[in-house]
Amino acid sequence: MSNVTQDTAVRTSTFTRIFIYGLLILFAAYYLMPLFVMIVNSLKPLSEITSGNMMALPEVWTLEPWRQAWSKAQIGIEPTGLKPYFVNSLLIVIPAVFISTIIGAINGYVLTKWRFRGDTLIFGALLFSCFIPFQIVLIPMAIVLGKLGIAGSIPGLVLVHVVYGIGFTTLYYRNYYAVFPTELVRAAQIDGAGFFRIFWRIMLPISGPITVVSVIWQFTNVWNDFLFGASFAGQEQPMTVALNNLVQSSTGVKEYNVHFAGAILAALPTLLVYIVAGRYFVRGLMAGSVKG
Amino acid sequence: MSFLNIKNATKAYGDVEVLHKIDIAVEEGEFLVLVGPSGCGKSTLLNMIAGLEEISSGEISIKGKTMNGVHPSKRNIAMVFQSYALYPNMTVAKNITFGLEMHNVPKSECASALADVAKLLQIEPLLDRRPGQLSGGQRQRVAMGRALVRNPDVFLFDEPLSNLDAKLRVDMRTEIKRLHEKLKTTMVYVTHDQIEAMTLSTRIAVMFQGYVQQLGTPKQIYDTPSNLYVATFMGSPSMNLLPVDVVDGTDGSQFELKVGEQSTKTVELKGQRLPAGRYTLGLRPEHITDPESADLESCEYLTIESVVEVVEPAGADTFVTTKLQGISVNTRMRGDIEVVTGEVTEFSIDLRRLHFFDPKTELRVELEKVGG
Repeated sequence: MSNVTQDTAVRTSTFTRIFIYGLLILFAAYYLMPLFVMIVNSLKPLSEITSGNMMALPEVWTLEPWRQAWSKAQIGIEPTGLKPYFVNSLLIVIPAVFISTIIGAINGYVLTKWRFRGDTLIFGALLFSCFIPFQIVLIPMAIVLGKLGIAGSIPGLVLVHVVYGIGFTTLYYRNYYAVFPTELVRAAQIDGAGFFRIFWRIMLPISGPITVVSVIWQFTNVWNDFLFGASFAGQEQPMTVALNNLVQSSTGVKEYNVHFAGAILAALPTLLVYIVAGRYFVRGLMAGSVKG
Repeated sequence: MSFLNIKNATKAYGDVEVLHKIDIAVEEGEFLVLVGPSGCGKSTLLNMIAGLEEISSGEISIKGKTMNGVHPSKRNIAMVFQSYALYPNMTVAKNITFGLEMHNVPKSECASALADVAKLLQIEPLLDRRPGQLSGGQRQRVAMGRALVRNPDVFLFDEPLSNLDAKLRVDMRTEIKRLHEKLKTTMVYVTHDQIEAMTLSTRIAVMFQGYVQQLGTPKQIYDTPSNLYVATFMGSPSMNLLPVDVVDGTDGSQFELKVGEQSTKTVELKGQRLPAGRYTLGLRPEHITDPESADLESCEYLTIESVVEVVEPAGADTFVTTKLQGISVNTRMRGDIEVVTGEVTEFSIDLRRLHFFDPKTELRVELEKVGG
C-alpha cells in the first residue's frame, strides 16, 4: 500500500515539475523577447529591419550600428554619438552613489548607536523623503541650485541625487545596524575608540551586504533618472537624456538598429552591476529585514 | 577612602528617577555582585561606573579620583558584556588587542600582553579565528581576554553568563571565581541569578526598584535578610512566609502554628521574645526537614506530623510540600527519603532559624533575649 502511494507521489511530482518548468520557460521567453529583439536588430543593417524582418536573425552580421551609436550618431546638433554623455552619466553616478551611501551609513550608525532625543522624528522625516514624487520638487530644486550657483552642471545633478538618495540609504543602514547590539559600540568606547574610529574600524567593515544593496539601488536609480537630468543638466546631459534625443529626433531616417544599440548601451552598466553584485543584493535585503 | 566609592549616586531620565541615592563602598580586591530582577537598575549602575551612562547626581570615584564626566576609556576599567560584543570583523587576537592599539601601546608590548592573556585563558589555538567561528563558551573567554589584557583597576561584568547553556554556565562561573582568586582585582558583577551572586561574591548588593535593599556578605544576606524582598529573592526554592500571631508566654514569646487542617501546635521561643502582635514568619525550606536529617540533639527542633501534598525528588534532595497555617510550604528532605503523597509524615522545624518580619513595613524584626 505504502509502495503504491509513494509511487504515485513520485509520478505526480515529476508531472508537476515538467508543468512548472514549462511555465517558467514560457514566461522567461516572454520576458526575454524584447531583449532578443533589441540585440538581434542592433546587429543587422537598417535595410534588413525596414524590409520587415524584426524577429529574424541578421543575414549580414555587423557591429556598425554599435559604432554609430557610440561615437558617430547625431545627438542634438553635434554628431558625437553617446560616448560623451556616457561619461557624463559616470561623472554623475559615481560621486552621487558614493556620497549618498556614506551619508546613509553614518546616518544609520547615529540613528541606531548614538540615539538622541527626537531621533525617531528625524528618521521619520528622512523616510518621508522616500515618498515625495520627483515632480513636486523640480521648481524648489531649480531655485536652490540657482542660488548655489551650480545650476546646469554636473555637481548640481550630483547634489540633487544625493539629496534624493539619502532617505533610502539611511533606511537601509539603519535597519541593518539595528540588529547589531549597542554593546558593540560600548565595548569599543571602553577600548578607547571615538565616534569615527568606531564607524571606520567596526561598523563599516561589517556593512558589506547592505552596502551592496545601497550601491545597486542608488546606481540604478541615478543612472536611469531622466527627469532630473532633463531638467537640471544644461549642456552636460546624462546618457538617458541623450538616448531620448537620439531616438526621438524627428529629422532624417529613423535608424532603428542604431537606436537599439544605443538603448542597450544605456542599460548595460546597471545590468552589469546586477550581474556582478546581484546575489549580494538579495542577501543584503534579507539581512536588513531580520529585525526592524 | 575606598577603592571604588559610589556616593549618593542617582540616575534620572527626565522626571523619572530609576536609581535613588546609591551608597556602596568597595574595597580593593573585592568581588561585589549586584543582584536583582530585571529593571531594578543594576545594569544602569554598572554602566554609570563604566561611564557609559551619566550620573544625574552624586559621585563615583575610583582610587580616590572622581570619575564623573571622565570618558570610559580613561577610567582604567574593563567590561564584559552579556552579548560579548566581540568585533565581528576582527580576529580573536585583534579583538583582544584593539583596546591597547587605541591607547597607542607599542606593538611588541601588545604581542606579549596578548600571549599572556591567551595562555591564562587557554585560547591560544583560537587567536586567528573570527568571533563567528567560535562557540558560546569560547566567545565568553575571548570577551574576558579583551577585558584582562588592559590590566584594569576594576572589572565590570554585565550578566556575562546569561547567554550560555546551563552546564557551561556553571563551569564558567567557577572559572571566573578562580580568576578573581588569582588576580585579586576588584570586580563588580551584575546578575539576576541569586546562585551566581551567592557563589561568586565577597559581598552582595540586592537591588530592587532602584534601591539597594541590603548590602552584605553572602552569609549575612542569606542568614539575616533585612526585609521580605531580600528574604524571598535569595534562596531557591524561596523562603516560606506564614502569618503568625505572637503572644507573651511564660519563658519568652510563643505563637500557635496550625498544622494540616485541624491540629495546632504551640511554638515557644524559649528565652527570646518579641512585642506581641502579628508577624510574617519566614522559614527556609531546608529548615523544615525530616527528623533523620535534623540534628535533634540540640533540642531546638520542633517535630510535627503533617500530610504530604506534593513530592518532588531532585536527586540530592527531595522537596516535599505540606500545609502550615493553611498555606502550602516547601520543605527539603534528604534524597533517599520515602514519602507518599497524601500520607502523614514527620517534619522537624529548626527553631533557631526562624525569621520574623513586620507585615506592614516588611522589615526584619530581631528577637530579644528575655531578661538580657
